[in-house]
Amino acid sequence: MTTLVDGGGPQSRKEAAAAEFRNFLAFARRRPGFIFGLCVVVVTVFLAICGPYIAPYHPERALPGAGLQPPSGQHWMGTDVSGMDVFSRVISAPRIDLAIALSATLIAFVGGVLLGVVSGFYAGARGIPRVASEAIMRGADILQAFPVFIFALALVGFRGPGTENVIVALAFLNIPYFLRVTRGAVFQVRERPFIEAARCAGNKEVRIAFVHVMPNALGPALANVSPGIGFAILLTAALSFVGAGVPKPTPEWGSMISIGAPNMMTGQWWTALFPGLALGITVLGYALVGDGIRDYMDPVNRR
Amino acid sequence: MAERLLEVTNLVKHFPVGHRRTVKAINDVSFHIDRGETLALVGESGSGKTTVGRCILRLIEPTQGRITFAGAQVDTMSADQLRALRPRVQMVFQEPYDSLNPRMRIRKIVEEPIFLAGEMTPAQRHDRVAEVLEMVRLGADAMDKYPHQFSAGEQQRIGIARAIATQPELVVLDEPTSALDVSVRAEILDLLTDLQEDLALSYLLISHDLTAVRRVCHRVAIMYLGKIVERGDSDALFEQPLHPYSRALLSSVLYPDPSEQLSRFLLSGEIPSPIDLPPGCHLHGRCPWAVDTCNDAYPDAEELLPGRQVACFRAREMNALNGDAATGGPSA
Repeated sequence: MTTLVDGGGPQSRKEAAAAEFRNFLAFARRRPGFIFGLCVVVVTVFLAICGPYIAPYHPERALPGAGLQPPSGQHWMGTDVSGMDVFSRVISAPRIDLAIALSATLIAFVGGVLLGVVSGFYAGARGIPRVASEAIMRGADILQAFPVFIFALALVGFRGPGTENVIVALAFLNIPYFLRVTRGAVFQVRERPFIEAARCAGNKEVRIAFVHVMPNALGPALANVSPGIGFAILLTAALSFVGAGVPKPTPEWGSMISIGAPNMMTGQWWTALFPGLALGITVLGYALVGDGIRDYMDPVNRR
Repeated sequence: MAERLLEVTNLVKHFPVGHRRTVKAINDVSFHIDRGETLALVGESGSGKTTVGRCILRLIEPTQGRITFAGAQVDTMSADQLRALRPRVQMVFQEPYDSLNPRMRIRKIVEEPIFLAGEMTPAQRHDRVAEVLEMVRLGADAMDKYPHQFSAGEQQRIGIARAIATQPELVVLDEPTSALDVSVRAEILDLLTDLQEDLALSYLLISHDLTAVRRVCHRVAIMYLGKIVERGDSDALFEQPLHPYSRALLSSVLYPDPSEQLSRFLLSGEIPSPIDLPPGCHLHGRCPWAVDTCNDAYPDAEELLPGRQVACFRAREMNALNGDAATGGPSA
């Protein structure tokens, strides 16, 4: 029946952690995509911290008379129409992109998990808790039935462009995802015997939901953090591309693509291509990390 | 006469399943437990025994019936009243690992019921946790570990420690040994009997492990399809079961000493679905004693021997009991 027992020998926490780490390394070694993703995460975090300092040129200052120069030894990725160094801007952009994506995802994670626990735990209950549970789900339905992008545009349009508004828009968009995966996990956890045991111990239902169910239902939401960040970076860029995101000339991949797009047609491909590549690789990297973590947490797929 | 601790009267639990269908898990069950005694509720899977245990603790809501614990009516209690009762009625679960929160240290798991009862300072709680762990023969070094670091038998001791931490009067033991190795079962049963003596506990033991039941309990109630078919004192009932179902169940137990073995008594067929209960006696389709009357009505429980209630039309006749034996004692 319950065969999850690992022999029962006493084991120090340090040893357990070391064994877990070895497991993780062995797992990662068999997954090049996961390693690639991890590298992307490390590089973007590094650039978010140091990007503007290691950039060869000031990312927001135009060089007089140096507009639209092709890639060269001096400007590795060329310059854009106003004479700003594309490379400096590409490596400075993670600061704002990552800041937006991280804070939006964090807000969405916290909000989604809390709402997911409430809606999952009280689903099928009676009275006000049930109404709350249903209301949360219908709210998520409405949010998700809206075309994602139009919703974000409307929100930013309503509140005006600006970093905080982009964060709020992205957080709202991401909440339903975290909510749904958490709700699903809560459905499983709340049926487990230790929940009944908690009830016998004299816990109030609210305390059971947040002390006993929630810590055991975080896994799927945590696995969604990394792809969530990737998705948020993509949306930030998309919003900036249409002019509803980060105001220019702040270095941001989406707005750089938008600045460079007209030049693509006249042959100056470098202005939009490099930020586009950076964006694509970053989103892919975060998604791969998410996949890897999900596989790692599933013992059947761990192999 | 011993003090009545728990009295369950006409308990019914029906679970709605799908369109206008119900699983009739418990159909009118009555029994009582005296202070300091162990009553075993025995039956095969699907007989409703676990549901009875959960109804008593109101982990699931009974459909009908009355549950009285130490004079207080449990079935009508509000959530707050119920929480106030929790320290006095505890439960040990079937799954040793799954009944412990995997993200809590043992200290917190065992402390939680005391903490929620709210009558002790942190220092007192710490001492109490150490004390109960000692009582279930686990060292104090267990406190800072997590459930997965223990063997199944040790995990079940932790479950027992949690159950006795608040000094309860009644503990519902829901198949406490069925998930354990045979070698560990005896230890857990011994521990439970020792604790009962030391702490004056009363047990409701829910089990299908008949050898375990015989070892630890004073009285037995045998359930079949949501009804108690026979109940009485453990030793007498094990030696001479009167109801055909009890006979079949008990004759299926293998004993190390073949002379203790009851002669084989076989029922035909399978246990019917609790959704479509057969009319009349639930057993009539499978019972070698069945006659036409068994089709028409469910037999009332009769006291055939002192302290022995049997719900069977033909038990008296087939067991060749004369009518006078039953008129002995008062209704138990």
